[in-house]
This record gives sequence, structure tokens and C-alpha cells, in this order.
Amino acid sequence: MQLTLEFGGGLELLCDSKKIHNVNIEQQNGENKLTMKDLLSWVRTNLIKERPEMFMKGDTVRPGVLVLVNDCDWELSGQLETSLEEKDVVVFISTLHGG
Amino acid sequence: MEGAGERKRGVRLCCVCKKARASVKRPKTLDHICRECFYHAFESEIHQVIIRNSLFRPGERVAIGASGGKDSTVLAYVLSKLNRLHNYGLHLFLLSVDEGITGYRDDSLETVHRNQVQYGLPLKVVSYKDLYGWTMDQIVDVIGFKNNCTFCGVFRRQALDRGASLLKVDKLVTGHNADDIAETVLLNLLRGDVARLSRCTSITTGEDGPIPRCKPFNPNLDSFITYAYFKRLDYFSTECIYSPNAYRGFAREFIKDLERIRPRAILDIIKSGENFRISTTTKMPEQGTCERCGYISSQKWCKACVLLDGLNRGLPKLGIGRSRGSVGSENGNESKVEKSIQGKQCGTLDF
Ligand SMILES: [Zn+2]
Ligand SMILES: [Zn+2]
Ligand SMILES: [Zn+2]
Repeated sequence: MQLTLEFGGGLELLCDSKKIHNVNIEQQNGENKLTMKDLLSWVRTNLIKERPEMFMKGDTVRPGVLVLVNDCDWELSGQLETSLEEKDVVVFISTLHGG
Repeated sequence: MEGAGERKRGVRLCCVCKKARASVKRPKTLDHICRECFYHAFESEIHQVIIRNSLFRPGERVAIGASGGKDSTVLAYVLSKLNRLHNYGLHLFLLSVDEGITGYRDDSLETVHRNQVQYGLPLKVVSYKDLYGWTMDQIVDVIGFKNNCTFCGVFRRQALDRGASLLKVDKLVTGHNADDIAETVLLNLLRGDVARLSRCTSITTGEDGPIPRCKPFNPNLDSFITYAYFKRLDYFSTECIYSPNAYRGFAREFIKDLERIRPRAILDIIKSGENFRISTTTKMPEQGTCERCGYISSQKWCKACVLLDGLNRGLPKLGIGRSRGSVGSENGNESKVEKSIQGKQCGTLDF
């Protein structure tokens, strides 16, 4: 599944200082289903190069990280349960520093 | 949530206009609204604070403390918009402080320079180097990473005042979101700083100082980041390299954790801060002027001059920590001076 991931508010520093990542995620056992929960663990394994605790806490994002799926707050789409589709755009922005 | 409607993802409608797709959830009201309704709500909340508190008068010159970060960028954008829209009649300026921090402030100043063009607001930059003869980089070379925020905080506050008087402004406004204020309430509580605790939720402060400062702030203004992102505002978001400021970081994380469990937590912390106001019995020291530089000071020398004197004499610890015999302490107020200098942390809040 092809997705565009964007990191901001300092989170880009955790993944090679690159803000936009076009990724292709191989799904397990050929199932064409991917949730935000799957995506987070994929990002943690494949994109985050340092200080993963700045990005995640437990199995979800750290409090203070804004998540948008296609420009819509993921709290409106079911957070971890949000199901992703081909060409979706997912944005992660840290609000924790930089006033 | 509409149960099995996975494909229906994102089709909830805005609960204000009932037309557009909702994309923002407001943490305080839990309303889900569309982008346009969100912009409108956000901007009118700032407008309401300005009107309700009679913050400005027509014709006033107002400096916006601009760090290049999201809050001040959002404030600059919204304030110049409201100024046009509601005919406030203000002359707005951007005011930035160049602490002289390579790789941090030089980058964020570039952002402010772009904002100057984007918003058509004149920009004034005052630098530590010009004002004090030292850059933060040079100060850190001498004193190391400990205590450097003491210098940063004292110097920045004074630098903003000096910049504001160079611009001949009537007021200095700074941008703050609800998280910042809640965090500051908590930090002041943890430090036992009741005077600052009671002041930190005020809309206007420093009426006794050279330039009144105000923050057109409202506890409901939680979504600076969302606003900045959707409006594609150009801001800078790297942490000051000299300010790992672990204590503040813990406080921030703590309140964000609380908020996740109970969304009202931040609002309630601020409310507690506001209610502390009435219990202020701490008498503020009488204000005079610094014998050396003329800046407002309750002591013979202002804090910046005490710190600067230590730096220039090669005794940088003078004025911080527990050292005895600091300048300006003849009147037995020594520990008080030290405490107030120490308590002032570098950060986004200069109140
Ligand atoms: Zn709407
Ligand atoms: Zn600092
Ligand atoms: Zn002085």
C-alpha cells in the first residue's frame, strides 16, 4: 500500500531530518487491510532512527503528537483503529516544543 | 463512531455548518468541525479576548514578540488579519531577539525574516551581542551548559523591552497556547513561586515595567498547531540547543498525559492558576532603575548587569547559584535576588 507520511514539529529529526516520506508498505499475508496501529509499528521499525520515545508511548503516539489522516484529526476517524487506504496521507506533528 | 463503516471514514459532517467534512476535534468541547469553521472559531476567540479585555486602542503601536515558533507565528498572522478585518487601527511590528545561538536562532530568524515579507509587518531584531557584548554561544563557552538558561531568560526579557522601546511601541504581545500556560502554572507551583503563579495567567502584565505585555490568550485556544498546519504557516520548530530544560519537559509531558485521560485537565490547571490570583499577599519589591544601565530594577543593579558584570570579570557564577557577596546585595536581600534570578527559566514564557 502506497502512503505519504509527513513528519513535523521536530519529529522529522527522528527520521533523517526528512519531512515527507513516500512509502510502500507490504501487508502481511496479502491482506489489503492496514490500520493506523499497523502503520505506527511499521514507522517505528522502519523510519524512526533515534529517540523512538519522542514519537511513541506504549502502542500509540506520545501525547502531544497531532495525527491527521487525509487532513482530518485521527480522533475523528477512530485513532488506532482508523483503516488506511491506498494513497492516503498521514501527518504526525509534535506540539511538545517550539513556541 | 459508525460501527462497521470503515469505508465511511472521514464523512462526519461539521457540527457547525453541517455541510463540510469535519476535520478538527476541539478538545475542550469535543465538537468536530470543518477547517473553515475552525479558522473562524479560532480567530474569533482571539478577537473576543482582545475586545473583552480592551487590550488595544486605535492608533497604538504594538510589537509582536516573534520567535519564529508556531505560537508567535500564528499570533502574528491572526493579529494582522484581525487588525484589517475589525479595523483595530494598530501599527504592528515583529520584534525578535537574536541570542546568538548558531544553528538555532540563526535558522529561526530566517523564518521571522520570511514572516516579515509574508505578513507585511516591519521587523526589528535586537541581539545579545549588540546589547551585552556577548552572544549566547560565547556565554556557554564560559559558563558551560549549566545555568545558561538563567542568562538567556534574564537577557531575553530585557532585550525584548529594549527592542520595544526602540520601536517606540505602546505594548508588547506574545503568543501562548493553553499547554504553555498550564505548564507554567504547574512549574510555578513546583517552585513555590506564588507571585509568578498568580501573575502567569493574567492577560496583561508588566504595567509597572517599561512596556506592558499582553497575551491575547484564552484557555480554549488549544489548537495553535492545527491552525498553523492547516494554514501552512511558515514556522520553526527546533528546540533551543542550550535548553534541554528537563524539568519543563517533564511538566509538559505530565500535563499531556493527564489530558489524554481527561481532556479538561489543562483547562482546569489554568483555572487553578487563575484562582490563585486572589490569594497573592506577596509584596512586589519597589521598582527603581539600574544605576548602571537605567533598566527597571528593584536593586542597585538590574539582574542583567549583575550577570554581565560577572561575565566580564571572569566570574560568571556571580549572581547565580549560592555564591555570596553578589553585587547589589548590601541591603540584605541577597538570597531573594538570587532566588528570583534562578527561578527565571529560559523558555517561551517571559512572564
Ligand atoms: Zn463547518
Ligand atoms: Zn536557553
Ligand atoms: Zn542594568
